[in-house]
Amino acid sequence: MNGSLPLIWRKFGERYDLDGNFCETCKTAYFPARAVCQKCRRKGKLVAQKMPKTGTIISFTELSAGPAGFEHEVPYFIAIIELENKARLLSQIVDSEKEKIKIGTKVEKVFRKISDIDPEGPIAYGYKFKVVD
Amino acid sequence: MRNVSIIGVGCTKFGEHWEKSFRQLIAEAGIEAILSAGIEGKDIEALYGGSMASGRFIGQEHIGALIADQLGLNPIPATRVENACASGGTALRSGYMAIKSGEYDMVAIGGVEKMTDVGVEDAAIALGGAGDQETELFHGASFPALYALMARAHMNEFGTTEEQLATVSVKNHHNAMLNPKAQFHREITIENVMNSGYIATPLKLLDCSPITDGAAAVILCESEKAREICENPVEIIASAQASDTLALAGRKSLSEIMATKVAAKNAFEKAKITAKDVDFAEVHDCFTIAEILAIEAIGFCEKGKGGKFTADGNTALNGEIPVNVSGGLKGKGHPVGATGIAQAVEAVLQLRGQAEKRQVKDAKIGLTHNVGGSGATCVLHLLKALEGKK
Repeated sequence: MNGSLPLIWRKFGERYDLDGNFCETCKTAYFPARAVCQKCRRKGKLVAQKMPKTGTIISFTELSAGPAGFEHEVPYFIAIIELENKARLLSQIVDSEKEKIKIGTKVEKVFRKISDIDPEGPIAYGYKFKVVD
Repeated sequence: MRNVSIIGVGCTKFGEHWEKSFRQLIAEAGIEAILSAGIEGKDIEALYGGSMASGRFIGQEHIGALIADQLGLNPIPATRVENACASGGTALRSGYMAIKSGEYDMVAIGGVEKMTDVGVEDAAIALGGAGDQETELFHGASFPALYALMARAHMNEFGTTEEQLATVSVKNHHNAMLNPKAQFHREITIENVMNSGYIATPLKLLDCSPITDGAAAVILCESEKAREICENPVEIIASAQASDTLALAGRKSLSEIMATKVAAKNAFEKAKITAKDVDFAEVHDCFTIAEILAIEAIGFCEKGKGGKFTADGNTALNGEIPVNVSGGLKGKGHPVGATGIAQAVEAVLQLRGQAEKRQVKDAKIGLTHNVGGSGATCVLHLLKALEGKK
C-alpha cells in the first residue's frame, strides 16, 4: 500500500510540510488534518495550519524487527512526539545519539526517505525527527 | 426482554496447522459447536464469521458465505465481521444483537485465522493494518512497536518494570500447560522472558503473542428456548463495545485503553454488577502490557498498579481474580479472528465446570475482553451459567 503512487502524491503536503488543521472554536490543532473537529464536530471551525517543526518525545521504542519494507532499517527508533502546538504524531527518530532518545527530549523535523517497499514502484519521502543538539 | 445464551461450543487446537487450510479449520470448529449444541444445521437461521485479514493471509475475502458453504448451511444469511483483532468478539456481539432484536432465535458464530500461509514480514504487514496505515505502518511502526510505546509510557508514568510485564507471560504459559488446545505447552521463567531478545523495546519476544492458526465457534440461542433444549446454557448477561482513534498519537493517554474503560463500564451497568463480582476473565493479552492495561481499565486493580498486582499472583489460577486461565493469547495462541470466540468458548467451559485441570473454583460469572488494534476497538462480554433442561 505504501508504494501506491496516487497515495504518495496525495500526501505531499502532509508528509513533506506537516500540513494539518486547527479548530478555531476549541483551539485544538490536528495532524493529520481532520474533516471535522473531534470535540466540536459541526460547531467547530477548521482552518488549514502548518504544524510546528519541533516537539518533545512522549514515548519511544527501538525496533529490532521491522515489517516488510523496513527489514534493512533495523534497528530503528519510533516515537510519539508532541509538537509545540500539542498535536501529536508518530515518527521515526534518526541521526541522533541513542542515549539522547528519551521521554522529554526535544526533537526537530527532518526530510527523509521513508521506504521503498516496492522495488519497482515510487519511493516514499516524508518527515522523520532528530534530537535537537 | 429477550436474552441470549450460548448452547454449543467448538474450538480447534491452536498452533501451526501446516496440514489444514482456513476452510478446514473453521469447518472443524463449526461442526463441533453444532454437534455439542445437540441441534441440526437446519435449526440455524443466520451466521456471523469473524476474520481479521483473510485477504492478506490467504487471499480470500467473502468468508461469511464461505463458512456457511463449508458447514452446509446455505442459504442462510452469512456475514463477515471485521474489527481487526476484535473481529471474533464483534462477530459474537453481532449475533447477540441479531437474537436480541427478535429477528432470529438461533445463530452460529465463527472466528478463524490462517496465519502461517505467509512469511513473518507479510504477517507483520497484515497485522499492522490493525493500526493506522497512513500514519503508523507507513513509518515502519510494527504492531509490537505500538504496544511498546504504550508499555514505555506506563513504565514511565507508574514505575512498571519489565520483570512485572514478564510475569504475565510466565503465568499465561503456566496456564496453557493445563489447556490441551493451547499452542504452547512449555513453562517459562521470568529469566527466559528477560533473555528472549527485544522486538521493540521494552517488549521482548516472549512478551508477544505468537502467529497462530485456529478457529472457534459458538451457537447462540434465545434464552427461553435455550433452557428448553440445552442442559447447561450459558447466558450472555451483557455485551458492550467501544471505539477510540485508530492511531495512538490521537489519544489523550498512552498508558490506558479508553475503549476498554468505556466498554467495561457499560457492560457492568447493563448486568448490574461490578468488577468485584467477576470470578474469572479472559482478556486480550496480545502483548504482556496489554493484559496490564486490560485489568486496570476493567477495574480488577487500580490504574498503574497492574504490574505489581500481576507479579503478586492476584491474577493466577488460584488468585483473587484468575485472568487468562486458558493460557490467553500468549500461551494458547492468537489466531486473530478466532480469539474473541475462543475466549467465549473458555468462559462457557469454566461456567459449566468442564475446564478440567484449569477449572476456576465456584466460577459463576466470567468476563471476556477482546481488543482491536492498539485499542481502537474493545468488545466485552459478561457470561453466567443458566439452569437448563433436566
